[in-house]
Amino acid sequence: MQYMLLIYDCDRPEPGDPGFEEALARVNAFAEECRRRGAFVYGHPLQPESTATTVSVRDGKTLITDGPFAETHEHLGGVYVFDCRDLDEALELAALCPMAEQGSIEVRPVAPVAGLDHRPSA
Amino acid sequence: MTDLLHRVYREHRARMLAALIRVLGDFELAEDALQDACAAALTTWGSAAPDDPMAWLLTTARNSAIDRLRRARVGREKLAQLGERPEAVDMGTERLVAVGDERLSLIFTCCHPALAEDARVALTLQAVAGLTAGQIAQMFLVGESTLAQRLVRAKRKIRDAGISLRVPADHLLPERLSGVLAVVYLIFTQGYTTAEEDPRREAIRLGKLIAALMPDEPEALGLVALMLLHDSRSAARFGPDGDVVLLEDQDRSRWDGVEIVEAVGVLDRALALGRPGPYQLQAAIAALHTRPETDWAAISALYGQLLMVSPSPVVALNHAVAVAMATTPDEGLALIDRITGLDRYHLWHAARADLLRRLGRKNEAAQAYRRAHELAASAADRRFLAGRLRDLD
Repeated sequence: MQYMLLIYDCDRPEPGDPGFEEALARVNAFAEECRRRGAFVYGHPLQPESTATTVSVRDGKTLITDGPFAETHEHLGGVYVFDCRDLDEALELAALCPMAEQGSIEVRPVAPVAGLDHRPSA
Repeated sequence: MTDLLHRVYREHRARMLAALIRVLGDFELAEDALQDACAAALTTWGSAAPDDPMAWLLTTARNSAIDRLRRARVGREKLAQLGERPEAVDMGTERLVAVGDERLSLIFTCCHPALAEDARVALTLQAVAGLTAGQIAQMFLVGESTLAQRLVRAKRKIRDAGISLRVPADHLLPERLSGVLAVVYLIFTQGYTTAEEDPRREAIRLGKLIAALMPDEPEALGLVALMLLHDSRSAARFGPDGDVVLLEDQDRSRWDGVEIVEAVGVLDRALALGRPGPYQLQAAIAALHTRPETDWAAISALYGQLLMVSPSPVVALNHAVAVAMATTPDEGLALIDRITGLDRYHLWHAARADLLRRLGRKNEAAQAYRRAHELAASAADRRFLAGRLRDLD
């Protein structure tokens, strides 16, 4: 079963910032542990909300607006997708994630939909 | 014939449901299938009862679940998934019956920390104890439709979020077991504060079931002993006017001696396993309180241990009161004054007031009684504190 981990409210040090190398090493070690368990599917940090653009199509017209869809105090800083045996394993990986020590991680199961074809491009 | 069905259903419902949930991976589907099987039994058992009624019900339920899945569009996907799971490939009767007692894994699933606490309580009472939504709603004074919704939401989360249908892995077990025991104790205390008998009886039954299924877990036994000890005093806990009667003022002839003996036996078995924990320590304290002469030195030592394994300001307060009884009011007061975080808890002020009174510091005692009186939520507590304040003069 696949789970998406949404990483909220976590400051990310930039290259050159104090602590950057250490943070990078910890996140890489976490990803390595997930790969070792055969759970790692995808993961990436996101650029800040100031870079977000929201798109919707109504009556055939495309509306493009600056900013995230919902203005909230919680900042979505990145996502992982893991393949896990059950929720317990996903929760265990979430607790191992270094970002859980500063921010919070929402764990959401990926919904199985019959007939949905989401293979990556060849 | 319906008598036989009723008897099999009553005695084995939780086991059959647990086995079906494990094989089908879906709470609601398992419940519906078991209902289908019972309905079928009502019409077919009339002429000849099956040799093994439980196996008959399980097979019929399994077949009905497969039919239900075939009929539903999303079910076909699910049916394919079931085929992929090695333990579900053979859903034959022998396997269904051979899975043995799956009630333990069912309890862990119902008490999973990813479910809301009120849902854990309701689900455990429904799936494990076999209560109806109506009965649970009445027990917790919530509307039946609210409760039914809570149950449905929890069952769907179990299915859709992939909450495990097994007993947790060893490294998760201590934490999860304490979560399970907390749910059972929550059911019990619900019946304790409201003087309702049903939740207490169900909690004790659940506790005994867990202790029987996990005989090497001393804390499960400890919780059973603790609940039995509290329950043994329930007839003496409320006065004729409905007010709470303090332990030292209770009519001991109204305590249930048989239950106390049973509790002490259970506690001895727990302590013999040599791994004390919070429930065993609380049970040991409660057991000492049943003796004719209260051994305050032993009680304060046990509270000291409890403070180490599960520190909280309320445990620290109980420890301080026990120390005051075992030694001097001065020593107890020194401990009470070191506790932080109970400034808005009326019993902290009441305990202080009591010790100040015994030390002859009347003005300070009066001030503390007044503060306790302000903070006390129940009318009975306020009456009691007002009485103490009057007695000072």
